Amino acid sequence: MGNANTDRKTLTLPSDVSAVERVCEGLLAEAAAQSFGEDDLFAIHLALEEALMNAAKHGNALDPKKCVRVEYQITPEKFDVTITDQGCGFNPDALPDPRSEENLYKYGGRGVLLMRAYMDTVEFNPSGNRVHMVKYRTNQTATG
Amino acid sequence: MNDKKSPPVAVTYEGDVTIATLTRERILEDADIRALEETILPLIAQADSIRLVIDFSTVRFLTSAALGLLIRISKKVREQGGRLALCSIQPKIYEVFRITQLDQVFQIFPDADQAAKNV
Repeated sequence: MGNANTDRKTLTLPSDVSAVERVCEGLLAEAAAQSFGEDDLFAIHLALEEALMNAAKHGNALDPKKCVRVEYQITPEKFDVTITDQGCGFNPDALPDPRSEENLYKYGGRGVLLMRAYMDTVEFNPSGNRVHMVKYRTNQTATG
Repeated sequence: MNDKKSPPVAVTYEGDVTIATLTRERILEDADIRALEETILPLIAQADSIRLVIDFSTVRFLTSAALGLLIRISKKVREQGGRLALCSIQPKIYEVFRITQLDQVFQIFPDADQAAKNV
C-alpha cells in the first residue's frame, strides 16, 4: 500500500500554484501510506498548503526563476518537513496577529497562524526563508 | 472528488434568500478561489440587498485563501446593504474558523433552513 520509505528525501518545485498542489498531494499520499489518521492528514495538508504557498507566492513572488526546496521525512511517529524559498525572507515574529480587531477583516495574513495551530513544531530560520514543521502522530483510527 | 469542470457553486432560492451551495470538497488556491469569486460576486451585484447563505456541506478542506474570499464577499454584501450567513460547516472546517476567530465575524448556522430563516 504505497511507499512506506522512511528515509529523508528532498524535492524541488517551481514557484507556481499547480506545482504546490502536486507536491502536497504526493506528501499526503506518503503520510497516508504511513497510516496517519484523518485528523493528522487534515492538519498536515493545511500546514503544507499554507507553508508552500507562502514560499512560492510571498517568498519567491511566483518568480519562475526561483524554486522551493522541500526536505522531508515521514515515519510512523512523525511528519517532518523543511521548506526553503529563495526570497529575501521576513521576520515571522513581526507578523501582525490576524485575530486582532484591526486585522480581523483583512483578506490575508492567517497562514502562519494556521501552521502554528496545526503542527506541533513550527520554526523559522533567522532570515525567515526557511520553515521547519513537525507533526507527531496522534492516536486515532488510520485511514486507508 | 474535486471536479474542476463542474460549476463551483449551485445556486437555489428559498423565498427571497439566495442559497449558494459550494460543490467542491476542497477549496485550495487561485483557480478555486477565482471560480467562486466569479460566481458569487455577480449574484451580490445583481441583487438588491441580497440575503445570501453560503452552504459548506460539501466542503472538507479549505485554506486561508478561502477565508480571505469570504471576507471579501462579506464586505461586498455589506456595501450593498445585504446580509450573509454561512451554514453546514463540518467540524474540522469550523475549527479553522474558530482558530482564526472568524467564527465571531460570520453568522454561522447548522443548516440551510436555519440560516435562511435568520439571514
